Amino acid sequence: MSTQNRKDIIKQGGIWAFIAVELAFFSIAGNYLSVSEKAFMDFDNMLLLLKQSAPIGIIALGMTIIMINGNIDLSVGAIFALSAIMLLDSMTWPFMQALGDWAIPLAWGFALLTGVVLGAINGLIVWKTGVDAFIVTLGSMLGFRGLVFMYNGEQPTSHLNWTLVDFAEAQFLGLHTATWFLLGTALILWILMTRTVHGRNAHAIGNNRDAAVNAGIRVGPHFMWNFMLIGFLAALSAVVFYSESGSVNPNDGMLYELWAITAVVLGGTKLAGGYGSIISTLGGVIAIQLLRKGLGHIGADTQTVNLVIGLILIAVLFLDRQLNRKGQEELKI
Amino acid sequence: MTGPTKQGVGNFLAKQGILIAFVIFMIGFALANQRFIAMDNIFGVVRSSAILGVMALGVTFVVIGGNLDLSVGSMMSFSTIVVLDLHDKVGPALAIPMMFALTLLLGAFIGFLVGYLKLNSLIVTLGMLSAIHGLTLTWSGGKNMDIADKSGTWFSFFGQDRIMGIPVPILIFALLAVILSMVLSKTPFGRKVYAVGGNGQAATFSGIPRARIVFMTYLVSAFCVATAGLLQASRSLGSQNTVGQGMELEVLAAVILGGASLLGGSGTVFKTVIGVLILGFIQNGLLLVGLDFYVQYMVTWAIIILAVWLDVAAKRGRLWSPIA
Repeated sequence: MSTQNRKDIIKQGGIWAFIAVELAFFSIAGNYLSVSEKAFMDFDNMLLLLKQSAPIGIIALGMTIIMINGNIDLSVGAIFALSAIMLLDSMTWPFMQALGDWAIPLAWGFALLTGVVLGAINGLIVWKTGVDAFIVTLGSMLGFRGLVFMYNGEQPTSHLNWTLVDFAEAQFLGLHTATWFLLGTALILWILMTRTVHGRNAHAIGNNRDAAVNAGIRVGPHFMWNFMLIGFLAALSAVVFYSESGSVNPNDGMLYELWAITAVVLGGTKLAGGYGSIISTLGGVIAIQLLRKGLGHIGADTQTVNLVIGLILIAVLFLDRQLNRKGQEELKI
Repeated sequence: MTGPTKQGVGNFLAKQGILIAFVIFMIGFALANQRFIAMDNIFGVVRSSAILGVMALGVTFVVIGGNLDLSVGSMMSFSTIVVLDLHDKVGPALAIPMMFALTLLLGAFIGFLVGYLKLNSLIVTLGMLSAIHGLTLTWSGGKNMDIADKSGTWFSFFGQDRIMGIPVPILIFALLAVILSMVLSKTPFGRKVYAVGGNGQAATFSGIPRARIVFMTYLVSAFCVATAGLLQASRSLGSQNTVGQGMELEVLAAVILGGASLLGGSGTVFKTVIGVLILGFIQNGLLLVGLDFYVQYMVTWAIIILAVWLDVAAKRGRLWSPIA
């Protein structure tokens, strides 16, 4: 029991220790190498960092649940783009324009509904056909992206609504709107995964599907709900981001699935399912954003960021395996 | 007596379903548009599928061995950029072997991590996707790479020339497919790849060096990627840093379409070639029928899921999944 606890603390604490190391490193290195006058640990800089983490972060939180459940979703980037188009385009429809500012909540509703429906399509296919989620979402990644392109060709879809931009750029208690959405999502999902029956069942299914079936848990509907949830979150991420920027390219959101998975794995969620933590994923998201910002701060190019993140991902995997193996040996003795 | 026959037909459909679908597709498109089966059109399609196809050949080995390779897209960008850069610095005769060596080195690194250190291949190659992209950008300094003297080099042979009327990329693709098909089906190494992917533990107990076999599959994959990079570079004689971006998933789609199981242990080179050709001809056929270019994505989506679904359904003996 105590070994298990210690293992959990090392696992969950690891990502926060990594963040602390990053902060210390970039603060000290920034003093010597930085091109800017400001310190890295500048308060405004940290607030901005949280805001910039939000789009990938919200998706990564949902990906955590999918992966705890033993699945994976590669189509989130395409869902993100299609929801964004829905958000911006729906505001230009004639009857929506007649509504004035009331069009905003309706447009949000349309975008979120798009995400939920696309997620439900994924979930239904995984449930009913029994094809692996990796393949199903790989296919729908192409299919949904096709829908994005069919909507408006290669042209960007743009619509600026200043009320919406004001809302997206607002700060409440010092935090940006996007940050509130990120933190709020994290809180709700944390409660969902640790305090509700659905969360417990999701863990059980990911850990051992056969055992879960034998225990009377209905696996299919849980898959369905979780895919709808991540569809909703991908749409929410799009809503938060594009409310401010007001223009979406058909290529937007590409490779988001890979960034989200990277953040989830950095947070220590098990690929095979059954184990993972929402809070650690939040740590993973922040760690990646810190790395991007920090490397930029000390004057490294964007290419170095890619290189470093890739190698860190592999190193984390290696460390995780060593840690797990060590823990098992201790248990045997 | 009808029982076994019926089962036989079902088995045949499950095993050769992808081939049958391919034939039906070809006939359908040919009826819809005469130009579809014109020789120059067929050459055009196969030629433009060749780069994707060559990469898919290598990934077939990795997937049969029970692993994934998501890094092939960014590795292809790397080899394209490297060979173009070296072309002007040391000349094509030296640039090509140097590029192959560097790409194989990357493949060896991935193979070491997945094979000998037994790390999860999805995450390792995901990390390498990002890392190799960084490496490419560092090599090129973020700039597009171009060959200075485009008309005065024999380097364009691989991507643009024809031998006896057949485009060279098609010949290279076909040659590589035949060789790798022989390797996979006729050599001890090929048998071992199936054994390792089918049941790794059993393979280990029967004395097959699992780590080394996995390592080798990634070398094969890297070799194919280097060849694809050579074709790409030679065809365009200049390139962006992101030329192969996103191709890893298209390659995987082709391999899965060919019927290789992601769990490992099944699939053949021939079927992967069919998977590649299906993707290519569907794209071409839909265009010729007059549909929007992007409809192909939707069709590909439907085909991938249907193909895998039928495969899974045939194995478990019922159409709908038993998931409660």
